[in-house]
Amino acid sequence: MKGQPVQSTIANGVAEPATSAPIVVRNLTTGYRENPVLQDVTLTVERGSLVGVIGPNGGGKSTLFKAILGLLRPWSGTVLIEGSPRRPGPRIAYVPQAETVDWSFPVTVHDVVLMGRTPRLGFLRRPRARDHEIATEALEAVGMQEYRDRQIGELSGGQRQRVFLARALAQEPSILLLDEPVSGVDAVTQHQIFELLERLCQRGITAMVASHDLSCVAQRFDQVLLLNQRVVAYGPPEEVLTQELLNETFRSHLLLLRVGERTFVVEDPDHHGTA
Amino acid sequence: MGLLDLLLEPLSYGFLQRGLVAGILIGVICAVIGTFVVLKGFAFIGDALAHIAFTGIVVAFIAGFAFYLGALVAAVLAALGIGVVSRRAGISTDTSIGILFSGVFALGIVLASVGIQTYTVDLFSYLFGDILGVRADDLVAIALLGALVLLVVLALFKELLFVSFDPVVAEAAGLPGGVLQMLLLVLLAVTVVVSVQAVGVVLVVAMLVTPSATAYLLTNRFGRMMALGAGFGALSALIGFYLSYYLNVPSGGTIVLVASAFFLLALVFSPKRGGWRRLFATPAVR
Repeated sequence: MKGQPVQSTIANGVAEPATSAPIVVRNLTTGYRENPVLQDVTLTVERGSLVGVIGPNGGGKSTLFKAILGLLRPWSGTVLIEGSPRRPGPRIAYVPQAETVDWSFPVTVHDVVLMGRTPRLGFLRRPRARDHEIATEALEAVGMQEYRDRQIGELSGGQRQRVFLARALAQEPSILLLDEPVSGVDAVTQHQIFELLERLCQRGITAMVASHDLSCVAQRFDQVLLLNQRVVAYGPPEEVLTQELLNETFRSHLLLLRVGERTFVVEDPDHHGTA
Repeated sequence: MGLLDLLLEPLSYGFLQRGLVAGILIGVICAVIGTFVVLKGFAFIGDALAHIAFTGIVVAFIAGFAFYLGALVAAVLAALGIGVVSRRAGISTDTSIGILFSGVFALGIVLASVGIQTYTVDLFSYLFGDILGVRADDLVAIALLGALVLLVVLALFKELLFVSFDPVVAEAAGLPGGVLQMLLLVLLAVTVVVSVQAVGVVLVVAMLVTPSATAYLLTNRFGRMMALGAGFGALSALIGFYLSYYLNVPSGGTIVLVASAFFLLALVFSPKRGGWRRLFATPAVR
């Protein structure tokens, strides 16, 4: 079941026609309190593309996501989601870095995935058979269906990440934002998550994936955004993932290894940078 | 005298009937809101609201309007204040609440002794609760406000669950996270006000926390925790009521002791291994 493509219902929610690019950010400056984290960020993300957001911790990856989600107001500049500056609501699904929830909360895996249906259902309506089906399909898409009745705290880190991805899918979004989805996840799961993302993008979902860990994921992106408070570079991975640009992003020394078709980036063990 | 007689005898008095019904209603309402209190770590806030409600009652007595109104205004205003403070990072919420509630409570005590000598005895019964002092109009207030709380929780069940479990993602998905969080605090304030007369300022927090915590030890599902907690709350009120009648001991204290006994039993017989460890590894408030 793990290799099975995402069921059509999940992709059906995407069928909202939109002429403009799903994500347009223009001259965005924002941050927390008096500290600007992002400065003058401009980028356009095309429909169906898989974008890697790469930069050091504190470089503004999560802040950019929060601004796109409408959780953080721009100090200046604009964020347009499918052409609109309003808060996007359920059309964008967000998978945060996982450590923020209470793992002893009395909810099962299925309960958590069903939460993704909440914004779609609207107030005063209870989930119906259809919603349970969509939740089940989302769990199948991430290969977690056999854990549906487990309490959420009984899962490993990688399994929890996949459950949160399933919840995001159950929301039937047209845009997915994933913050560090592969940190603490084994290589096989990483691979499965990226295969799933690639299939979703082929169906017209736009996905942005933040990571400070470059090894093995870089080549899978259509576009890579190098972000350290400002946009260092934005383009296809083969143009952007250069030693020079990565050094500028991480402000430390990184080694770029090309093995055949693939690119590996490792931190230079002789240097201890901010990455 | 048969068992049935033992159970029916107290009910031949109107004030005892009202006390019993009030106790059961409060047991249910407190446990429903208590589910959120336990999971979100709001016990201290509940305690603070009860103390602030007391000062509202004192002011109502002095000004000569219904004590429910005084308690409601004070507790809801305090809940909104706490909601605003807790959304700001950088301030220790616990400390702010501690300063606010003890100050307001102290004001209530001073006002009570200075302003209304003739009523002080009556007033201090709110500190420890007097379930037998529940009058017919009090019972109507408890039923109406309690029904309001339960209806709101029922109507917004999935939203409140989502926001309680994962506030950031709930808000990202388009739910009004701040409003729901605030609503939860206001519901807590109303629940506290409804309970203060019967169980008293000091013991309200026990009714909020103990039955729900008992339920938490016995289930892994949110809805079941709420239902089980309501059952334990109602049962504690029922058993505690009869015990206090026949042993001639204070009702508020007896009800809480019964609730505590249920908790201890659940702790010992909890099917979840290490359930007690899970409980005392308290969740982060935010």
